[in-house]
Amino acid sequence: MIYEVVIGVEVHAQLRTKTKMFCGCGTTFGRSANSQTCPVCLGLPGTLPVINRAAVEMAVRAGLALNCTIGANNQFDRKNYFYPDLPKGYQISQYESPICEHGWIEIAVGDSKKRVKIRRAHLEEDAGKNVHETGTSGSRVDLNRAGTPLLEIVTEPDMRSADEVVAYLKGLRDILMYLDVCDGNMDEGSFRCEPNLSLRPLGQKEFGTKVELKNINSFKFVKDAVEYEIKRQTKVLSEGGKIFQETRLWNLERGETAVMRSKEEAHDYRYFPDPDLVPLKLDKEWIKGLRGSVPELPAARVSRFVREYGLPEYDAGVLTVSKGIADYFEACVTLFNQPKTVSNWVMGELTRELNLSGTEIAASPVTPERLVALLQLVEKGTVSLKVAREIFPELYRSGKTPEQIVQEKGLTQVSDEGALDKIIDEVLAKNPAQVAQFKEGKQQVLGFLVGQVMKASGGKANPGKVNELLKKKFSS
Amino acid sequence: MSLHKLTLCELQRKFTAGEVSAKEIARAYFLRIGQVEPKVKAYVTTQKEQAMVQAAAIDDSLKGWRKTQPMMAMPLAIKDNLCTEGVTTTCSSRMLQNFVPPYDATVIAKLRAQGYLLLGKTNLDEFAMGSSTENSAFGPSRNPWNLQCVPGGSSGGSAAAVAADECVAALGSDTGGSIRQPAAFCGVVGLKPTYGRVSRYGLIAFASSLDQIGPITKDVADAAFLLGVIAGHDPMDSTSADVPVPDYTKALKKKDLKKLKVGIPAEFFAEGLDPEVEQAVRAAIEELKSLGGEIKEIQLPRTDAAVAVYYVIATAEASSNLARFDGVKFGLRSKETKDLLELYTKTRQEGFGPEVKRRIMLGTYALSSGYYDAYYGKAQAVRTLIRQDFDAAFKEVDLIVTPVTPTPAFKLGEKSEDPLQMYLSDIFTISVNLAGLPAIALPCGFSRAGLPIGMQLIGRAFQEDTLLRAAYAYEQSTQWRAKKPAVR
Repeated sequence: MIYEVVIGVEVHAQLRTKTKMFCGCGTTFGRSANSQTCPVCLGLPGTLPVINRAAVEMAVRAGLALNCTIGANNQFDRKNYFYPDLPKGYQISQYESPICEHGWIEIAVGDSKKRVKIRRAHLEEDAGKNVHETGTSGSRVDLNRAGTPLLEIVTEPDMRSADEVVAYLKGLRDILMYLDVCDGNMDEGSFRCEPNLSLRPLGQKEFGTKVELKNINSFKFVKDAVEYEIKRQTKVLSEGGKIFQETRLWNLERGETAVMRSKEEAHDYRYFPDPDLVPLKLDKEWIKGLRGSVPELPAARVSRFVREYGLPEYDAGVLTVSKGIADYFEACVTLFNQPKTVSNWVMGELTRELNLSGTEIAASPVTPERLVALLQLVEKGTVSLKVAREIFPELYRSGKTPEQIVQEKGLTQVSDEGALDKIIDEVLAKNPAQVAQFKEGKQQVLGFLVGQVMKASGGKANPGKVNELLKKKFSS
Repeated sequence: MSLHKLTLCELQRKFTAGEVSAKEIARAYFLRIGQVEPKVKAYVTTQKEQAMVQAAAIDDSLKGWRKTQPMMAMPLAIKDNLCTEGVTTTCSSRMLQNFVPPYDATVIAKLRAQGYLLLGKTNLDEFAMGSSTENSAFGPSRNPWNLQCVPGGSSGGSAAAVAADECVAALGSDTGGSIRQPAAFCGVVGLKPTYGRVSRYGLIAFASSLDQIGPITKDVADAAFLLGVIAGHDPMDSTSADVPVPDYTKALKKKDLKKLKVGIPAEFFAEGLDPEVEQAVRAAIEELKSLGGEIKEIQLPRTDAAVAVYYVIATAEASSNLARFDGVKFGLRSKETKDLLELYTKTRQEGFGPEVKRRIMLGTYALSSGYYDAYYGKAQAVRTLIRQDFDAAFKEVDLIVTPVTPTPAFKLGEKSEDPLQMYLSDIFTISVNLAGLPAIALPCGFSRAGLPIGMQLIGRAFQEDTLLRAAYAYEQSTQWRAKKPAVR
């Protein structure tokens, strides 16, 4: 029997608001336990939630970028369950009327494109964290994260392989990071993904029994976990077994999934409209205004880079991986209109230094202006391309301008004919055999002679000029 | 000088005129509390030392010149489900026996900013669930008119404290009648404002879509005065309304009901209504007529569904609101539990009393998958119909007059074994909360046994001023308020 795998994905994306979803506490990651809390997010008796406008705005912008329709009338609901990291005994979420519905994004599958439909995206608050320290009795609760705004994004069961899931997740993450509504950090849990998958005999319309996967915090683990689960389910089914509806955890060490809870253990969340929050009505004009603020998304930017700057598809893809890199590239090109040269430098020297120091491009010590200043020195012939490459690490680390470095090191290229003539004459005198060969018609020797002149000048001679002068000498 | 006999407005005038000091006020009230509190048991905690220190500080800061705030040095009792920073707030529950809030409710912050004196926190039915204060974990309060009788509930402690002159005025909360019913039982004035008129921030929630804080006072003028202090929009409460607060005391100037149409709903004068109560309310209606009111028969046909709807919606919300009492972060934590589940179950077993447990179970059931539509969904639909009944009625009339309770105060223990009988004592007040309307309870007579009888005036949303005007006119044309309980 051949089985078809059917996969849907739930993503919890932390929105980059300064304050929490329903109170004024900060949302910075990694602060000391319970330092970012107040009576409201601690769920103290008598406190009430107030909706964070910035979170709503971010959710709407994300929804628009995901081609969703935006709900005009937003109700918040309570999802009731007991857990120590859930201060109120319920989570404020959206059940009946999500803020975003019926969207899609396009992903690349091999050489073709495919649409993954977004069923809904809704706003909710995050829970805190239970902390289990070895050597201490009991568990502790850190509520710094409690109340942080989340956008939960749910797809239709449109994906058919682990690669499609990864392509979808990368595409979604890019979009959210482009919009600056999520930092996309999977390690810190800012972008959490939970695939659910089922198998069915190829050609069958009805879905098989669905299993949800949790505890996956990198794209690689997504691929591994989904592939493992496909294999597991295929084996069970082909041996005549049955798949149970359950939630399974990905175990990184063992490289397999294991049951976390079965359907019978699933909660009855007793959703009902939160009476503490009045329905949130979104004004059409306000939504229209936000639509105008949605920036160009990665896919569109790739095509534009190819079209407008004549870049290879590969370069365009690398440069648009993050909004920061693409913005940097375009800032350079407006100052120095040689897109391919800029692209080479950004993808090459700059990316290498950024990676070495673990710096985001937005914080690069070499600003677009500095990089362009260096490229202009090459363009004018002040320094050679080789020297420019050599001094880039210093440019990156010292904070000096390219001109300063070139001057201090005396690296200015020698283009003065008188000075070059002198060196050329010395080189020719030292290499009579090669000179003779050239005169016999061996053109390749010219390269050797240029090299010798460069060496004698300490790399400072302008190679173009040397070439020209040598040719002149031989022809005379 | 018997300072404790004065009304809020009288005491306020005396203090502003420099005739009494804050210390004299505090001393007089704690003297009175010392005399009658052992019989009435209105308070869960009293704040004598803190209040005396606060009073001394006020006197020192004034030093002879009387530029005061309206509530400065006014000695209030606060229902113990309103959070008071640094002062235990128990909800009359073992669960919160030692809970000291680190913040003030918005209404408390307003009073504190004006330099009021907090005399103490008053008793209530646990988490405001009940109609007699018998559900308090710390024992029942008594009715000052007859110590064998209940003061009503759930704001029974606040109403009893006002009636027994153990404070000049009090704050209560009203979810289904919890201000008006005890006010009627204790012969004082109780005002439930429009839903959204007063911020709920810091009121420990029973049923969020019904709860509202309001004043319990010795007369109507005091209610108008105190409402003006606590009302208004609060950015901390999304359900509080951004509607301007009028000067409610101005509404008291007319002293008549001219050009006001007063509706009498037949459904509120049906079987089960005590003849003495009916007689008193009917007589009061005649008085309203003689004051210029135009009396009109009206219909509120869905009244019979109100109690059922209320006990689905209120318990559903309560089941969720009370989930936070889990032994993890604040309040009671059961000792020596072996795992998380036991921590939850034992804490809640030990912390909650039987009525609270009953309502949590009812509400949990009403929200359960498979039952939601039949109970919670249906109740919300009928709630809309009840609201529409009132909308239709208020197209014809400006005010609606009803009894507050079917009977005068009942005896302790009389209904505590029969929850359904107890629930029916709120039958005339519940639909007002479901519709979110303002209503005031005020004395309109006494039973032969000498127990107070109350009348309820219901108004349009945010028209507390009309309610207060009619209530004041009636109060001034009658002498009920002159009678005081003997407290023995």
